Amino acid sequence: MTAQMQTRVAAHPFLAALAPPQRELLAEDAWPVLFAAGERVFAEGAAAERFWLIETGSVALDIWVPGRGQQTVETLSAGTVLGWSWLYPPHRWHFGAQARDDVEAIAFDAAAVRRRCEADPAFGYAILRCFTPVIIERLQATRLRMLDLYASPDEAADTDARRAESPQSEGTR
Amino acid sequence: MTTLTEAAEAEHADPAVPRFYRVVSRREDTYDTVTMELAAQADPLPLFAPGQFSMLTAFGIGEVPISLSGLGSSGGDGGGPAALRLQHTVRAVGAVTRSLCAVRPGQLIGVRGPFGTGWDLASAIGHDLLIIAGGIGLAPLRPVLLAALEDRSRYGRLVLLVGARSPADLLYPDELEAWRERGVEVAVTVDRPGEGWQGNVGVVTSLLEPAAPGANQTTAFICGPEIMMRYAAQALIALEVPTQRIQVSLERTMRCGAGWCGHCQLGPLLLCRDGPVVTYDRASELMRIREL
Repeated sequence: MTAQMQTRVAAHPFLAALAPPQRELLAEDAWPVLFAAGERVFAEGAAAERFWLIETGSVALDIWVPGRGQQTVETLSAGTVLGWSWLYPPHRWHFGAQARDDVEAIAFDAAAVRRRCEADPAFGYAILRCFTPVIIERLQATRLRMLDLYASPDEAADTDARRAESPQSEGTR
Repeated sequence: MTTLTEAAEAEHADPAVPRFYRVVSRREDTYDTVTMELAAQADPLPLFAPGQFSMLTAFGIGEVPISLSGLGSSGGDGGGPAALRLQHTVRAVGAVTRSLCAVRPGQLIGVRGPFGTGWDLASAIGHDLLIIAGGIGLAPLRPVLLAALEDRSRYGRLVLLVGARSPADLLYPDELEAWRERGVEVAVTVDRPGEGWQGNVGVVTSLLEPAAPGANQTTAFICGPEIMMRYAAQALIALEVPTQRIQVSLERTMRCGAGWCGHCQLGPLLLCRDGPVVTYDRASELMRIREL
């Protein structure tokens, strides 16, 4: 661990809620990484062994849809975290991730961070307090997108009617 | 005894009587949205402020409230002074708006206005101006951005965050690029990326953190679906932007436009008169009450 890494970890807004000693501990499991534009960061279904704090650039979360190809479900920008599937079993990525432009980030060894969380519940709780708001925020954002707020009243009514009229379609596709 | 001229003037002064405006140009912005420029046939309506709205009449069909999306361009087509021409961006969502979207240059429509409050751009002088638009909500914000660009030195950063349903629904794509070239920090996100979309995907509030508005130097104008405005305002409050520095454009059933009929009542406000632009410290509680 270098002093430079400690400084970068301390400067990232995602970890603002951690106490300085906790950030120093976390920095021991961190290293700097660069992803070129278009480079795949991780693939859907692969083992989730890292997470990243994005410092510059942005990343697209994606999923492969048969017949439609790779579909972006969300983009993540500088200042946020990439990856939480490492937190809970089965520790596999639910989506893929690809750098949209050149990305500068801090990578963390997920297994090492999990061990620290288990060994020190106060540290683990502090880590969860960093991750949980982001998880909630993304859940709320997903729910809002499901509402299709920008649809015209007619389109929204059509969608609602289709949902109401065809409950049997669930599970048929 | 009142002369015919005086009677005509009195009638024209009545805010309930539409004036004839001719469509001088029409542009299809998206598959369901049209921007039209209107010139007065005789005595024009008073000058509109950004954020105010008109009642537009499609004769024989009905009348709808539509916010100003710009003042006229100098077309040199005999349509009168540019500042007295009106631009309106209309999305076809019902019988009246479908009829308005179908108008052709040369046709007449009825216009009443200007109604309501505008964006308080003077309150943003000396601050960064943050404009957050969702869907068709970019239309009422366009004139205020243009006004800020005309008087660029009076503001700090000009930041425009735009959310749209899909790339095909995005309003004014050419202008977004032009504004970017004029120094506006423009960020766009869509809910449903189409084939080939290389931009952001997600809700408009996801653009806020990268935009990094300064808590004490930001004035924010928000327009879009009400839930989107509420979330955007809450996100700004979380970034410590004071509620009185956040302005939202609210909508209820505007009918008379002059505060007479009460159709657009929102608690103590008649939105056609006391709105549509309201500061969030006044609006936040009212926006939470169901059926209000």
